[in-house]
Amino acid sequence: MRYLPLTESDRRAMLAAIGVPSVDSLFRDVPETARDPVFDLPDHAGEIEVERDLGALAAQNLAAGSAPFFLGAGAYRHHVPASVDALIQRGEFLTSYTPYQPEISQGTLQALFEFQTQVALIAGLDVANASMYDGATACLEAVGMARRVTRRRRVVVSGALHPQYREVTGTGLRFLDAELDCPAPDFDGTESLAGRIDQDTACVVVQYPDFFGRVRDLAPLAGACHAAGALLIAVVTEAVALGALESPGEMGADIVAAEGKSLGNPLTFGGPYVGLFACRDRHVRQMPGRLAGEALDADGRRGWVLTLATREQHIRREKSTSNICTNSGLCALAFAIHLSLLGEAGFTRLARLNHARAVALAERLDAVPGAAVVNQSFFNEFTLRLDRPAAGVVDALAARGVLAGVPVSRLLPGEADAAPLLLVAATETVSEDDMAALEAALREALR
Amino acid sequence: MSAGTGADGIRHRGLRFEEQLIFEQHADGRTGVDLPEPPAVADRLGGLARAAPIGLPGLSEPQVVRHFTRLSQKNYAIDSGLYPLGSCTMKHNPRLNEKLARLPGFADIHPLQPQSTVQGALALMDRLAGWLRALTGMPAIALSPAAGAHGEWTGLMTIRSAHEAAGDARKRVLVPDSAHGTNPASAAMCGYEVAAVPLNARGRVDLAALKSALDGDVAAFMLTNPNTCGLFEDEILEQAGAVREAGAYFYSDGANFNAIVGRVRPGDLGIDCMHLNLHKTFSTPHGGGGPGSGPIALSEALAPFAPVPYVVGGPDGFRLVEHDGGAAFGRVKRFHGQMGMFVRALAYILSHGIDGLRQASSDAVLNANYVSAGLADLMSLPYDGPCMHEVLFDDAFLKDTGVSTLDLAKAMIDEGYHPATIYFPLVVHGALLLEPTETESRESLDHLVATLRGIVRRALAGEADAFHAAPAHAPRRRFDETAAARRPVLRWRPPGAEDQAAE
Repeated sequence: MRYLPLTESDRRAMLAAIGVPSVDSLFRDVPETARDPVFDLPDHAGEIEVERDLGALAAQNLAAGSAPFFLGAGAYRHHVPASVDALIQRGEFLTSYTPYQPEISQGTLQALFEFQTQVALIAGLDVANASMYDGATACLEAVGMARRVTRRRRVVVSGALHPQYREVTGTGLRFLDAELDCPAPDFDGTESLAGRIDQDTACVVVQYPDFFGRVRDLAPLAGACHAAGALLIAVVTEAVALGALESPGEMGADIVAAEGKSLGNPLTFGGPYVGLFACRDRHVRQMPGRLAGEALDADGRRGWVLTLATREQHIRREKSTSNICTNSGLCALAFAIHLSLLGEAGFTRLARLNHARAVALAERLDAVPGAAVVNQSFFNEFTLRLDRPAAGVVDALAARGVLAGVPVSRLLPGEADAAPLLLVAATETVSEDDMAALEAALREALR
Repeated sequence: MSAGTGADGIRHRGLRFEEQLIFEQHADGRTGVDLPEPPAVADRLGGLARAAPIGLPGLSEPQVVRHFTRLSQKNYAIDSGLYPLGSCTMKHNPRLNEKLARLPGFADIHPLQPQSTVQGALALMDRLAGWLRALTGMPAIALSPAAGAHGEWTGLMTIRSAHEAAGDARKRVLVPDSAHGTNPASAAMCGYEVAAVPLNARGRVDLAALKSALDGDVAAFMLTNPNTCGLFEDEILEQAGAVREAGAYFYSDGANFNAIVGRVRPGDLGIDCMHLNLHKTFSTPHGGGGPGSGPIALSEALAPFAPVPYVVGGPDGFRLVEHDGGAAFGRVKRFHGQMGMFVRALAYILSHGIDGLRQASSDAVLNANYVSAGLADLMSLPYDGPCMHEVLFDDAFLKDTGVSTLDLAKAMIDEGYHPATIYFPLVVHGALLLEPTETESRESLDHLVATLRGIVRRALAGEADAFHAAPAHAPRRRFDETAAARRPVLRWRPPGAEDQAAE
C-alpha cells in the first residue's frame, strides 16, 4: 500500500522491540465480541483505478464553466487567479495544523493577521477573526455573541435574510433560552424591522445586499438598534459587493458575518467555504474563533501568535464563546491571496465589472415577454418575476444546457409567492454570449 | 545599519527570509490582476456606492507569489517532517485527493444547480456515506457538519430532539475529565449543563462514578474512544449498558477513530452517535487550521432526527432532500456539507480499501507502541499496558530538572520536529501526547526516539538554561504571549494610526 512505509520485516522487528507477539495483542483491550468484524468492502486500489472511478462521477455533473451560468443565492462563481491555487497547495500551508507553536508557524499566523486586516477593512469594522466555517454559521455565532454582549434573549431576523441562514440560526437557538422573531419572507422589500426592537432585543440580523438582491441603507436600522441597546448584525453573502458598496460598518453595523467564498475559492457544490467575522474593538473579548495577534519574541522581533485564547473551548470548555476548533484556514488563505492580488484597484474594479454585467443582463431580461426585473437596486444579482413557476423554467433551460439561476421556491418551498421568482446573478465570468444565450433560451421557454 | 541589512532595515539569512506585511509592500497603481475596465453604466446601487477608499494594498503578481512563498517557508508541515501532535492525527495527505477534488465536475458545480445536473456529486455523497456506515457499523450518516466540533453539536442536537420527541426533556450531559474542550462547549451550545466524570487509576472512565452520575436527567454520555490518554476504553460495553439503562444516549467523539478503523465498529460497542473527523481519520489536509468535515453516524433510534439535507437513491437516480416534513431537527449549515472534503476522503478510502484501512490503523498503533517502548525507560508513562495510536507521558521524569513540558516541546523544535501535544489531556500532570501516525517509516521513528532520548538526557544532566532559551533555530524565538493578550494587536493599521487603535 503506497501510503504505508512499514515493511513486514519492520513490523516483526518492531513487535519484538515492544515485546508482544502480534499487533492483535496491542488491541487486547477491545472487547472480544467487537474484534475484527467481517467487512464486505473492496481492497485497496492504485491511483489509476481511483482516478478512473471518481473521474467518472465528476463527468456526470454539468460544470458551471461548460455552460452559460447565472446561479448565486449565496454562492457566486468568480474567476480565481492561477497563483492562488498554486500557493495554497504548497505543502507548508496545506499540510500544517492550527498554529499552536508560533515559532514554527509564522507563515500561517502572518497570513491570518493579513486576512484579519483585509476582512476588517472591507467590513468597515475594527477587527476580524481568523475565519468561521461559512457565512451561515458565522451568522449564528454573531447572534450568540450579541446575546452575550447584551445579555438579552430576543433575536430579530429579517425576512430578506437567505432562507438557509435563517434555518441555521433557528436551529442554533432552538434549545437555548432565546426568542426568535423571524418575520415572513420579505418578497416586496417593505418589511420594517425597527418596530420589532424592544428592550429585550439582543440584535437584528439583516442581509446586505439582501437575499433578493436589494441594496438598502442600514444606517436607519443601526440607529434604531443602538437607541434600544441592541446590536445590528449585517450578513453579506457576496463579499465582492463590498468593493462597490458602502461598508456595513460605515453604516453602523456592529458585527459583520459574511461568506468569503467569492474570493479565492471555487463553488465545490457548496463547501468548504469560509466565514468572515468582524466586529468592533470593544466587543473583541466576546468574539468567537481564533485570533492571530502581533507579539514580540525573546529577541524583540515582531511576529504573530494565536491570542486571547481564554475565550476558547480548549481553555474555557463549557464557558467558552464558541465550540469552534477547526475553522477554514486554507480557504481564508485563498481569500487573502486573491485579495492581495486584486488590491484596492483590482477589488473595486472587479466589483464594478460585476455590477456592470448585472445591469446589462437585467436590461436584457426585463425586455423578455413574461419576465420582469423586480429590483430597484442590486449589485450582481437580482430577482426576476416570471409569468409561471420559475422551477419548471430552470429545469427546461438546464435541459438546453443553460444554468439560468436559482428558483426562490428551491429555498422557500412552502411559499406561494416564491413560485414565480428567479434569482439571477452575473459576475465577471459571464460573457456577452452567455447573456445572449440566456435571453434567447428564456424567450423560448416563456413563449 | 548593520552589514547585510537592506535599506528597509531587513536582513535575510540564507534561506530564512524576513517578510514584511502585504500592507507594507504597497504602491499606488500596482495590481496583480488584469481586469477589463467596466463599461460605464448608470449604477443601480441604491445610492450606496462606496465613496471612500478601502485601504487595501496594491501588489503585483510576482510580489504576491514571493510573499506567500516566503511565508510558507516559515511553517512546519507534515510534508517537511514528522508531526507528532497527539490527538490531531498529522499523517500524509495524498496529492491524488487534491487533484480529484479539483476536477471541474466537483470543484465547479453550484450547490443549487438542478439535481439532474449533479447526479455524480450526489452519487459520491451516497458512496461516502455507504463506506462510513459500513466502517462504523451504524445505520445512518449525516454528512453536513463542517468539522468535528460542529459534528458534536449536530449529534447532541439530534439527541436532544429525540429526547424532546419522546417528551423526556433532560438537562445534563456527562463528559469525562479527559475530554476535548469542544465536548463541554458543544453541550453548552445545545443548552445542556455539563457534569464531569472522573477517570480511574488505569486512565479509563471510572465505571462506578459513571453509574452513579447517570440519573433521569442525563441526556447523553460523551466519550472519546480510544480516549485522549491514547487508551481503549476496555469497559465500554458496561458503560453502554449503563447509559442505555438510564435512558440516555451514548455519544462517541470520533477524533481517534483512526486507531481502530477497519478493526472495530463503534456500532458494535453500543454507540448511538459519533462524529467522524474526515480531516483526521481520512486524511483531508488540515490546511493550517481547516477546513475540516465532521459527518455524524447515528443509531436506528436517532436516525429519524438527523438534520437536512440528505441524499436518497431511487430508480430515477439520486435526490437531495433539503426540506423534511418529518422529525429532522433542522439545518446546521447552508448547502450540503464540505463536498471538497468528501471527494478527498472517498479518494483516500478507495485508495486504501478495507485491507489498507485495517493496515493503517494497525500500523498507527504499532508505531505508537514502538515509540513508547523506545522511551519508557527514560520518560514516565502514567498508565500501564499497550497504548493505541498515541502515547501519553506525564512530566514526572522532569522532576527537579528545572525543565518543563513546554521547554521540552520547544527543544524538539530545535531538533527539527514539531512538538507533541502538551498539557492535554488535563488529567495527567505536564502531559506530552505523541502521535506518530502510520505514515512514518521505522527509520523515521528511530530518529525521533533517538532525538527525544538525547533531549531528555540533556534535561536530566542539568542543562535547564539551554531549554529555557529554546528554540534557537526557528524563524522566531519564544514570544511574550502574555503581553500580546494584554494589549491585543489584531490587525495592521497605517503608521500613526496605532494610537487610536484597540483598547
